[in-house]
Amino acid sequence: MLEINSDRKKPSTLSYKLYFALLFLIQSGFAFANSSSEQHSVKGIDEYSVLKKNNATSLIEAAVESDAMVDHSEFDELKGPFKDGPAVTKACLGCHNKAGHAFMKNKHWTWKYTDPDTKQQLGKSVLINNFCTNARGNEGMCAQCHAGYNMVDSNFDFSNQDNIDCLVCHESTGKYYKTPTTSGSAACSIMFEGKEPINWSKSAQSVAMPGRENCGSCHFFGGGGDNVKHGDLSSALIAPTKDVDVHMAVEGNDFSCTQCHVGEKHQWSGSRYQGVPVKDKHKSKPGMRNETASCASCHGAQPHPLSLIGLKLNDHTKKVACETCHIPEFAKGGVATKIDWDWRTAGKTKDGVGYNDSNYVQGNGEHRHTYKSIKGDFKYDENVKPVYLWSNGKSHYTTIDTKFDPAKPVVINSVEGTVAGEDSRITPFKRMHTIQPYDKGNNTLVYMHLWGDDPDSFWGNYDFGRAIEHGMKQFDIPYSGEFGFIDSYSYWPINHMVAPEEDALKCDSCHSKEGRLKGIKGVYMPGSGEYKWMDIIGLLAIFATLAGVIGHGLLRFFMNKRRKAHD
Amino acid sequence: MIKRSVHIFTRFERLWHWSQMSLIMVLLFTGFRIHGFYELIDFEMAVTVHTYAALSLLLIWAFAIFWLFTTGAWKQYLPTRKGLLKVAKYYAFGIFKGERHPYKKTYTRKHNPLQAISYLILKIMIFPAIWITGLAYLTYGFWDSSSLPLEWIAVIHTISAFAISVFIIAHVYLLSTGGSIKEHIKPMITGFDEVYLTEEEVAYLETHEPQNIKPEE
Repeated sequence: MLEINSDRKKPSTLSYKLYFALLFLIQSGFAFANSSSEQHSVKGIDEYSVLKKNNATSLIEAAVESDAMVDHSEFDELKGPFKDGPAVTKACLGCHNKAGHAFMKNKHWTWKYTDPDTKQQLGKSVLINNFCTNARGNEGMCAQCHAGYNMVDSNFDFSNQDNIDCLVCHESTGKYYKTPTTSGSAACSIMFEGKEPINWSKSAQSVAMPGRENCGSCHFFGGGGDNVKHGDLSSALIAPTKDVDVHMAVEGNDFSCTQCHVGEKHQWSGSRYQGVPVKDKHKSKPGMRNETASCASCHGAQPHPLSLIGLKLNDHTKKVACETCHIPEFAKGGVATKIDWDWRTAGKTKDGVGYNDSNYVQGNGEHRHTYKSIKGDFKYDENVKPVYLWSNGKSHYTTIDTKFDPAKPVVINSVEGTVAGEDSRITPFKRMHTIQPYDKGNNTLVYMHLWGDDPDSFWGNYDFGRAIEHGMKQFDIPYSGEFGFIDSYSYWPINHMVAPEEDALKCDSCHSKEGRLKGIKGVYMPGSGEYKWMDIIGLLAIFATLAGVIGHGLLRFFMNKRRKAHD
Repeated sequence: MIKRSVHIFTRFERLWHWSQMSLIMVLLFTGFRIHGFYELIDFEMAVTVHTYAALSLLLIWAFAIFWLFTTGAWKQYLPTRKGLLKVAKYYAFGIFKGERHPYKKTYTRKHNPLQAISYLILKIMIFPAIWITGLAYLTYGFWDSSSLPLEWIAVIHTISAFAISVFIIAHVYLLSTGGSIKEHIKPMITGFDEVYLTEEEVAYLETHEPQNIKPEE
């Protein structure tokens, strides 16, 4: 780490010389300048990456070929019939006998993450967010997005590989789905009616490398609906056009998720808990698979073409994340994202029954819920301008045992990053605002018992007091017995929906008085109107000189006239 | 001393002056856009033009420095106290009373002492300040910019630009003093200006360089 850092600080004398040589060549109008900029007009993919890209291509081709060599539908082991998911898993593990142990270390299974610095327990199993708030205690509902079977409560056996759900990621019929593992209140039963039963053997025989539909079945719908949570991950990415996502565009690169989120031994890159800043050093060695889902891992840290502006843009990569310029907007492609949630209004009923309002029509014509009795009021937005923060990829979380000052909004994940930090970049985020319940006596967030077929579950009984009491007691969390509502913010890094080159931000987007990075402190941004004192002194000097010469001139003129009159 | 019309500004000097003048105007125009005084042209365009104009000017300066030292013309800019006060007094008082300019241009000193010292300050302080900071800003990707904050580089650069603007205002205004504006601009176009020569100088020029001295009227 240290070694690499000190390496970075040393300017490369070769590139230094090259730079000047080039500038002067361009300067003298030498033809080389043209030809060299043409050579580099293959934007972003440098030589090293081309090498790697070739490797990657051979990997993809190998995968396609392996489909031809291994046709799972012909295997006797997968003929079935299977009575349920775990039965299919048993068949998978019968051949892939090491896959289970590898997979069980993965966050899709463990729902756990330990902050390496603070040793704080994070992960879906314990965290609180400002959407549905907590999965803990509501596993019956939330475990639909656990890559396992039978997670009915918090006592799930994480060591039993028979409960791994291979199909959710690998089946390719598109007819696979998951339902809540426990029954909720009668008020919610309607949500899962009318689905065709799963044909287990067909699904088992269809297995392949994960497609975007597989990943998307959870990651596009987190927070209870299409693009609700992330803002940059929605069903619009299943078959996007280039202007929605230049990498995933069907008429373009047509990348699946796993093109960047490369996995080895069922571990994937692209953590939201410990993001990776833009850095060349994460480029892997030749022949190695690159396990870092970052722009730089393919494009390098100096991705712009060798021109004057290209060189200046390359300088920006020291302080500005790629996404800042290259994702000017998120929630594109007609699918809105939720930006505001007010829990206070939850629980209203019509004739004693919960209801939904759908007063937002999004770009693709679909109506979105603006009120749900079980959740409260929502606001949406599309083609959203991100907020920008200094970030080194890490967040500090407000967990169930974090005490806060209720006079200020709670920041669910405060983004770490400073101007001076070598890893910090100005990074785009989706900011989610919510008004959610908290423990008024202890000044902590609360676990709510939302899901369940019992008198305490909020989703059915609409009683915050009982739902919180139950949710806290279940995990022996101290609760004062009194709840209130508090403003909260969470920040979601924006990495997807990269725009085509021509739609990237222009210099003026930030280098102007009302630029996008107006609130960003610590960097000098020409054109943004900083250093007012200098402008005042400079302009005063200019005006004083002007006034001086005008005065001098006028005096000369009148004295001259007077002299002439005397003569 | 004999007043004669002599070729005192060589072709290179005049080319240098006018190309420098145009490039400085372009640099001020684009520089103040980059600084944010106005937003008429887009930032990217301003940066591109500003950088290429600056690099061109540096190239011209490189030639000019070479020229100054190889021809010995640098001596024209040596500061002198002789007559400095007189010239200053003239601009402060005498000029209003219709006095004549106290300085007599000679073949070896074509600038008056006040002029020479202002050009010297421009050449050894303000210009270096602006081009060193400009190059530093342009190339900050190649050195450790945490050791020297970019904003200070930018501040020095901008202050130098203000200083140059002030110089230009005064420089242009002074064209109108001690004769007509045309009279002041003409030497920088034709190269010929009225200077005071010794008899020896006249004899030398008339014999050896008749093309550089106009016949007596």
